[in-house]
Amino acid sequence: MSDLSSKDSSLDNLLRRDPRAEWIARNRLHPLHNEMLQIGGVEVRGPSGLLRKNPHVIGFIGPNGIKRIDRTNTSSASLGDKKRSSATKETQLPLHIVENPDFYIMVVADMVGGRLTGHDKDILGLAHQLVAKRNGAVTLVCFGDNKETQCDLAGVDRLVHLQGEIYEGFAPEARLNALLQIEAQYKPDYWLFPDSVHGGMDLACRLSARLGERLAAQAWQVNAEHTVCRGASASQDILRDTPRILTLLEECGDAIDESRHQVLPMAIDGIEQTTPAMVDKGLIAVDSNAVPLAEAEFILSAGNGIHNWDQFHAAAAALGATEGASRVAVDDGFMPRARQVGASGTWVTARVYLAVGISGAIQHMQGIGQCDKVVAINTDAGCDMVKRADLAVIADSEDVLAELIQLAQHYSLSKGQEEKSDAA
Amino acid sequence: MQPNINVVSLVSIGRHPQSGRARRAEQDGRAVELGLTLAGQSLTVVHAGNAKEPVLRQYAGMGLPSLTVLEQSEGCDALPVLMSFLQDKSVDVVLTGVRAEGGESSGMLPYLLAEKLGWPLVPRVAEVLEIKNGEAEVLLALPRGQRRAVTVKLPFIASVDNAAQEARQTAFGPGLRADFKVLNGDSVVDEAASQWQISVAKPRPKRIKVVKAKTAADRMKAATAKPVGGGGKVLRNESSTEKAQAIFDLLIEEKVIR
Repeated sequence: MSDLSSKDSSLDNLLRRDPRAEWIARNRLHPLHNEMLQIGGVEVRGPSGLLRKNPHVIGFIGPNGIKRIDRTNTSSASLGDKKRSSATKETQLPLHIVENPDFYIMVVADMVGGRLTGHDKDILGLAHQLVAKRNGAVTLVCFGDNKETQCDLAGVDRLVHLQGEIYEGFAPEARLNALLQIEAQYKPDYWLFPDSVHGGMDLACRLSARLGERLAAQAWQVNAEHTVCRGASASQDILRDTPRILTLLEECGDAIDESRHQVLPMAIDGIEQTTPAMVDKGLIAVDSNAVPLAEAEFILSAGNGIHNWDQFHAAAAALGATEGASRVAVDDGFMPRARQVGASGTWVTARVYLAVGISGAIQHMQGIGQCDKVVAINTDAGCDMVKRADLAVIADSEDVLAELIQLAQHYSLSKGQEEKSDAA
Repeated sequence: MQPNINVVSLVSIGRHPQSGRARRAEQDGRAVELGLTLAGQSLTVVHAGNAKEPVLRQYAGMGLPSLTVLEQSEGCDALPVLMSFLQDKSVDVVLTGVRAEGGESSGMLPYLLAEKLGWPLVPRVAEVLEIKNGEAEVLLALPRGQRRAVTVKLPFIASVDNAAQEARQTAFGPGLRADFKVLNGDSVVDEAASQWQISVAKPRPKRIKVVKAKTAADRMKAATAKPVGGGGKVLRNESSTEKAQAIFDLLIEEKVIR
């Protein structure tokens, strides 16, 4: 029973007509005719709805008996009260309500960086296609931090949010135990996973092996009866019956964009955790410049505004960032061609892009289109990069980089000391 | 090289991405390479399928004195024969690729083996750092070139990622001379898979950008607007220490500084 209830906001924009006032305004012999025009609030509309203006009643008689017309419209505020409200008003999407759902569809999202990825949103959209007007609830299962603020717009009816130390980092066994408890408690109709390297495929395979149910991997066309999967390194399409566990490719469905959803939290009773056989020892520091530019997570990029190149390289090393460059810096020979970001260089996908002294030519902006957060350091406050940036600093690059190097060194020192005191 | 551990690498027949010809599978080759660095000549390489397949000689040409083939016909499930093979032996480490390049390529085989044997499964291994006192320290390959260290007790199964050491070149002559041990097991036909309809992959339709504007003004705005972030914070008059601190706070909040 999906119920679309919302107040129709278009009613507020409707033009309200007063037929009596219009009639009096048309009838010059009416005793109230002059008063009605004095009020001035009447918009006279012709039979086709066209706005009619009476040129004789425009303006007012000034103190010296001369007619004055105020063309600046400063005093006409009282006339505007019947105008349409401007379009800036936020439209409230209809709320999709699911009460006492008959069945559940579990979507186990990757939540890279604590936010829903485009892949996750596509799968939520697909889950709603599988619900197909029946009374089912699409449930998002997520582990660890949840920074996503737009779960309701992505199509999450119910939310299972599992937090705690045991789910942090690499913890497939703890996560699997949680999924098994959900399975026992809610018996979902479908388990949907992203077929991704962020852990979605791993978790799906573990669940499938534990439950003894065969999954459909790399599915890209799914309905209630049939599924089309890619097989044999994406050279074959396999048409098969839709199983209960699926791992889905990107763009398998269309993300939800025309409704809001409830995002009601669901409780999971005591999850039995066992001692994991694999122990996470944490991330290993890798040489950030060995990471390919296209898939680097954090890029420090240099442009024409850099004069002290030694300092720039020191900053990249201190922050642990992969180095990038604009075309000017490459053409001038300060950076190798392989480091160029933009239309004729590399299209980067970094989560954080720190642009130093880059004003932002359109070719460069195309190259950083997929970056989540852009930080700009520039002397020109009006440049395109500052407009695009989530955080912009108007300053000379040399001072800010020097400060950043110091901050990074302090941070790593204090962290090293903390670890030492922990070990002691 | 670690002495006294039994390593088994499972190999399959690969498929060249352009020509579609049979080849040494990319990830399985890396699994053999990793096995050779762990166990040297005592590595056992196992294939379930046709023993006459010429591609197996390419694996053997990596310097293997022998190769074990569990003979079974096409369309059979590799799981039961591999299970019975692994149960008999005292194996410490089993290495596989993440996904096969032929067939269903669901990547389920290592998971099913791990489940049946009750061993832990380590996904997407880039490197095995060391094995001592019955415990192994391995590096997992994460997206964006990151690595994670994990310790796991022997015995375990690991799937080898593309980030692992590339497979060495194969030598034709030694490959031909290698000794094949062919074992016959009871093969089980994969019933569920025989029901599937398999066709050549259709190109997937590109997603079309749909502008869902209700009015002409909205459509005009959507067509002409520059994609700007909007609402970004701009720091102008603060001291450079404050500016740097603001940037640094953002970097820490996004967890890119470790």
